[in-house]
Amino acid sequence: MTRHLLTIDDLTADDIGQIFTTAAEMHDVQNRQVKKLPALRGRTVINLFFEDSTRTRSSFEIAGKWLSADVINLSAKGSSASKGESLRDTVLTVTAMGIDGLVVRHAASGAAEQISRWIDVPVINAGDGTHEHPTQALLDGYTLTRRLGSLEGRHVAIVGDLTHSRVFRSNVKSLTKLGAQVTAVAPPTLMPAGVGAWSKAAGFATAYDLDEVLPQADAVMMLRVQRERMSGGFFPTPREYTVGYGLTRDRLALLKPGTPILHPGPMNRGLEISADAADALDSVVLDQVSAGVAVRMSVLYHLLAGEETQ
Amino acid sequence: MTASILIKAATLPDGTTSDVLVRDGAIAELGTVTAKAERTIDADGLRLLPGLVDLHTHLREPGREDAETVLTGSRAAAVGGYTAVLAMANTNPVTDTAEAAERVYDLGRAAGLVDVQPVGAVTKGLAGEELAELGLMARSRARVRVFSDDGKCVHDARVMRRALEYVKAFGGVVSQHSQDPSLAGPTACCHEGELSGRLGLPGWPGVAEEVVVARDVMLARHTGSRVHVAHVSTAGSVEVIRWAKAQGIDVTAEVTPHHLLLTTDLLAGYDPTFKVNPPLRPEEDVRALREALADGTIDAVATDHAPHARHDKEHAFVDAAFGMLGLETALPVVTTVMVEDGLLDWAGVARVMSANPARIAGLDAVHGRPIAVGEPANLTLVDPAAKAVVDRDASVSLSRNNPWHDRLLTGRVVATLLRGTPTVLEGALA
Repeated sequence: MTRHLLTIDDLTADDIGQIFTTAAEMHDVQNRQVKKLPALRGRTVINLFFEDSTRTRSSFEIAGKWLSADVINLSAKGSSASKGESLRDTVLTVTAMGIDGLVVRHAASGAAEQISRWIDVPVINAGDGTHEHPTQALLDGYTLTRRLGSLEGRHVAIVGDLTHSRVFRSNVKSLTKLGAQVTAVAPPTLMPAGVGAWSKAAGFATAYDLDEVLPQADAVMMLRVQRERMSGGFFPTPREYTVGYGLTRDRLALLKPGTPILHPGPMNRGLEISADAADALDSVVLDQVSAGVAVRMSVLYHLLAGEETQ
Repeated sequence: MTASILIKAATLPDGTTSDVLVRDGAIAELGTVTAKAERTIDADGLRLLPGLVDLHTHLREPGREDAETVLTGSRAAAVGGYTAVLAMANTNPVTDTAEAAERVYDLGRAAGLVDVQPVGAVTKGLAGEELAELGLMARSRARVRVFSDDGKCVHDARVMRRALEYVKAFGGVVSQHSQDPSLAGPTACCHEGELSGRLGLPGWPGVAEEVVVARDVMLARHTGSRVHVAHVSTAGSVEVIRWAKAQGIDVTAEVTPHHLLLTTDLLAGYDPTFKVNPPLRPEEDVRALREALADGTIDAVATDHAPHARHDKEHAFVDAAFGMLGLETALPVVTTVMVEDGLLDWAGVARVMSANPARIAGLDAVHGRPIAVGEPANLTLVDPAAKAVVDRDASVSLSRNNPWHDRLLTGRVVATLLRGTPTVLEGALA
């Protein structure tokens, strides 16, 4: 298994399978009355968040605590560049306190990878800019596997603001590693630059027409569309976006029965996802959240349990 | 000024071999020289070029003396074979007045290693709104002729038009940093393409450069003025410049050593050493730039030497400073990519690294001169076959943001003479 988890590229399909197997065991812990496992007792994990996050941070915090690690949350937002301190200095300072693992969220793409070159403890990427969010993709894949069984040959549509989405970038890698066929759906302005060459090389499809894709899908993942994208002129109005790319009540009828609906949250109800879709029987949005803790426990376990304490 | 130096058996840019006697700051004798000199340099197998001229250097003084000073930058220039450099205006304070220009000029003369020629800002504070005191800078002791808001684009067409018109009065030129800010904003840091899409880095599309180059050549035609395109980075810009030159429009262009060799795929590891503006481009652009330099569409190689303190490069990639070192490695890079591949001969190197930039900058009375009796002895002696691995810690610059570290390059500057005085001997500061 990899030393750091910076991108899905760090994992083989076997690694992902192993993470899922362990996650399933961890998942059972969630239903126990006493939820603590001793695996990381005496280890210290810092959640170093340079960008606001509620759900990912608390998910990692709970995951660490249930493994008996000492988990400390550090919000470093605005404390680094704005005060003149370099990212390297901030990270070296935190690491010098004597920690065993660093979970990092940063608004800049590549930050986790850069940090991993400066320190010698395992780094887990909890989202770097618009690059990757590997534990999100793992929990999505885990949720889908529990629902659909093997993803080999299964068709997953990922829909929304692809260009600004780290969830998309990690998912397209992990889902294709797991054998799924991915179709990325967005208006041209929200497709990543160079997606034609990338999709060809990486083996996924792209489409502008959601209605053509939905009937073939075995799962649909809706991505959040930030309203501020409008000021960038990526699409004219929220209304027009919803008509073209929202999972509306009408579109639910295009899905095969039992098609799971995913959303990494937070949802913009009424924009990319209708209330009917978010609350549908086939919506797995809350399963994703609960799987998130199990998968992060598994990742922490695999990356840190074998490490020597500093 | 040392009295006399005899350079024995040097190969001149045209391929002929000659002794060169330098006396009292000028070339005194060519051919087979029997006269004795106080110092003799054995130049057997070495190329003698007119001293190199850099149209585009950031010396960081005043304002960021922790990254570079006029003195340390002059050292790097001399080691790189340069006898004149144009110091960009984006210091703090900005070089937008005669007094600021004279200060940089005087610091250069005090350092005494290369002729430091200040570039004046086009607009006050590089804000892109009101013209700086272009005429007063031109009339100052520094005799400013090149004006640039480099680091920022003069994006307002009306301001650019006025600047082009105004500098005609004193034979000035506007050197444009071509970047349409609405297509490539301040966070744009990676060539827009497959890699930026994969990495999730804000894209800097080639078209953001090309639309400004196209606009500016039309403005140059309309105003009958002269425009210089700084750090051309795309094949599309090359096409526009080639077309403009064919129309007789007065446009010149420069390319940096890094855009002649380094490609965008180096950004895959998010190493800010490779973050530069305009960004590194794909192989197709690099090839087009080499061809354009060879066929004369691009007139000059300019370093865009951009030193940065270590901590300014130790941020997340999008937050880190733009720019890379270039003065000490420019000649080896050009030797490696242009001469070794047969795209340029040494007369061509003398043209693109000395004569053309000197002419563009209005320094051609003293720099970029032919190697002939009576000419000022601004000379660079090069070992064209020496190969060396670049070691960033061996630099005389104050900064270490060196993208060439660990690369094997061909060509080494052996000696540099400024008005007959050696600034570099045996590859090191004299």
